[in-house]
Amino acid sequence: MSKDYEAIYADDRWSPVFGKLSWDVIPYYEPILLATFIAVVIGGGALVGFITYKKAWSYLWTEWLTSIDHKKIGIMYIILGLVMLIRGFADAILMRVHQSMTSSGGEGFLDAHHYDQIFTAHGMIMIFFVAMPFVTGLMNYVTPLQIGARDVAFPFLNNFSFWMTVGGAILVNISLFIGEFGQTGWLAYPPLSGIQFSPSVGVDYYIWALQIAGIGTTLSGINLLVTIVKMRAPGMTYMKLPVFTWTALSTNVLIVASFPVLTAVLGLLTLDRYFGTHFFTNDLGGNAMLYINLIWIWGHPEVYILILPLFGVFSEVVAVHCRKQIFGYDSMVYAIVVIMILSYIVWLHHFFTMGSGASVNAFFGITTMIISIPTGAKIFNWLFTMYKGRITYELPMMWTIAFIITFVIGGMTGVLLAVPPADFVLHNSLFLIAHFHNVIIGGVVFGIFAGINFWFPKAFGYRLDKFWGQVSFWGWVIGFYLAFMPLYALGLMGVTRRLSEFPDTTLSGYFNTASIGAVFITVGIIAFFIQLYVSYQKREELRDDNGDTWNGDGRTLEWSTSSPPPQYNFAFTPRVHNFDTWWDMKQHGYKRPTDGFKAIHMPKNTGAGIIIAMLSTIMAFALIWHIWWLAGASFFAVIMASIIHTFNYDREYYIPAEEVEATEAERTKQLANGGLT
Amino acid sequence: MSAHEEIGQHVEGAPHASMKEYMIGFSLSVILTVIPFWLVLGDVIDSRGMTIFLIIVFGIMQMFVHMVYFLHLNTKSEGGWVLISLAFTVMLVVIAIAGSIWIMYHLDLNMMPTMQM
Repeated sequence: MSKDYEAIYADDRWSPVFGKLSWDVIPYYEPILLATFIAVVIGGGALVGFITYKKAWSYLWTEWLTSIDHKKIGIMYIILGLVMLIRGFADAILMRVHQSMTSSGGEGFLDAHHYDQIFTAHGMIMIFFVAMPFVTGLMNYVTPLQIGARDVAFPFLNNFSFWMTVGGAILVNISLFIGEFGQTGWLAYPPLSGIQFSPSVGVDYYIWALQIAGIGTTLSGINLLVTIVKMRAPGMTYMKLPVFTWTALSTNVLIVASFPVLTAVLGLLTLDRYFGTHFFTNDLGGNAMLYINLIWIWGHPEVYILILPLFGVFSEVVAVHCRKQIFGYDSMVYAIVVIMILSYIVWLHHFFTMGSGASVNAFFGITTMIISIPTGAKIFNWLFTMYKGRITYELPMMWTIAFIITFVIGGMTGVLLAVPPADFVLHNSLFLIAHFHNVIIGGVVFGIFAGINFWFPKAFGYRLDKFWGQVSFWGWVIGFYLAFMPLYALGLMGVTRRLSEFPDTTLSGYFNTASIGAVFITVGIIAFFIQLYVSYQKREELRDDNGDTWNGDGRTLEWSTSSPPPQYNFAFTPRVHNFDTWWDMKQHGYKRPTDGFKAIHMPKNTGAGIIIAMLSTIMAFALIWHIWWLAGASFFAVIMASIIHTFNYDREYYIPAEEVEATEAERTKQLANGGLT
Repeated sequence: MSAHEEIGQHVEGAPHASMKEYMIGFSLSVILTVIPFWLVLGDVIDSRGMTIFLIIVFGIMQMFVHMVYFLHLNTKSEGGWVLISLAFTVMLVVIAIAGSIWIMYHLDLNMMPTMQM
């Protein structure tokens, strides 16, 4: 472990052919990484072998990887999120175990250099490659169905965005085995992230992974925004949008308006690192504090990008599982819009202690506290929807109730942190860590599991097993409280974040409790995968023939389709008279049309998205390792592939009327078997 | 509804402008670019601050020329959506720039004297 990290990445090792790459950059001397690497090779090999054995490569390529169907892309986003959740959670376990060991006076098994990479990777992966893909996946799958559209506005772009996100995730994972990751914390503050203090490739991996994935996120934001603005079914005015679609709209506005700031800030940091400019250095007129200011102009809206769609999920779940119209639809919409705008004027609360005056801190402290008002209004709306509703305790509803309780606690500690004098005591302490895990796990993660359990039957045609879902639920909920409540206490006692060891051994009880919590969360995650497997085994028993999965209580348009929906979603574009469109249609005795089908115009699959995205990933890898010829060549290839794609005129096709009719007849038969409607 | 609208790849955009409009936009852009160059290269105004101020003014005018003549922004296109999103963008840009200047100014003010560069 006594490797000389400086020497491995020294400039004199650069060669024109391999750049900074050499055998030394592969950390075979780290037993943990070596074991991980062997496991990945065996697991990956098994997967590749399995696909080859099943002769599934061409199916995979034509039906999934090149698919521009928003439903399949949505599912692929969720799969990406699940894979990266395992990676990010492995980091969390390493940190918890290590801290447990060192807090009782032990040595632990990680050196500081490695520990720093782990918390950086954990934070960055969990936000960008777990939470974001989950959220984007849900929006991708559900939004077009809810507004009665057949796909998103730019189907090819959708596929491309997804693969760019995957490209970023690939880069982060490559950093495990080739070179190292940043040791700077998840936002890479300079001067630490500058070339002087981080001369190795770690920060470059961070920068390029985010830039590649950031392009994907921005484009998918534009795509969904245009979809919601331009492609709503006739009659669906803005005040008739389902609440989830409203939150998706706001989130995508936030994405489009804030991600360019991230790109620009990271671009300036790149210039500092690659060209020796001085935007954020300590000398020659640079100012590191400007980086912190700029990155939080993006960073705070990002927090709401993550949570808003889940507010939408909870709104849908509550209304369906309480058999009631959502309470205060108008106030819900206004609350979403107010949160969207307020999220732009609170960013300084992430750096109260940086040294602005009292007036600046007071302004941002007050705006931060104001945000809790619309959020509180939403909590009351959900509670009032439940009040006197006929609540069915299905899994999505359980997650929602856990969310309401947990999120309120997180919200209250948030308001506490919003008080600048209190923040001076709590800044960078474990109290802050507990707070944001409280809102991100309690809000985003619980919301994602609610959403997955809620819409899984829609996507695959069978429900998820309830028993294993409950095991997963209790694992997460108990685990969360055990893991993070001790951190609140530790933070109040003055333990700061990002420490691999804390010298005071009297606190080890708290750290050990947190580790036990992590074990419970592990159970929750494993139970979720078991739930997927068991549900697949029992799929005939759990089959959803009706399409209106939840006892026929569905309220929005996605429940009017079959499960899974046909490729074209809707044979006829529905007319909308109420924000609970499908409920309203059922009340008025809606009859499914059974004839008069027309050919449906659909976009064609294309491999251009995955090809361009993977070429971009190679370019990023070359830039990280200073392999200039490869960077140039792959950049040229990206441009060429894009130009060639513009000459592809074979992009559309018609699903013939007979095929539509056959699909719909099948559905009629299915409905007759499934009872209801 | 035409088949094209159904996938939404070809939703109708803003009305396409005429050659004449592009030419007007082009000449205005050239004029607004040449003047700042002339101000700097010809040392026309003694006060450096005044020169910088004028360059910023011409820059902003340039932005409006681009928006009107090249991006065809007006109050009616896309059912008023373009105008709303423009207003929203302007608001966010103003918040970000004004907020940053305010914050950085305060940081500078509170810096310890020895740290002044």
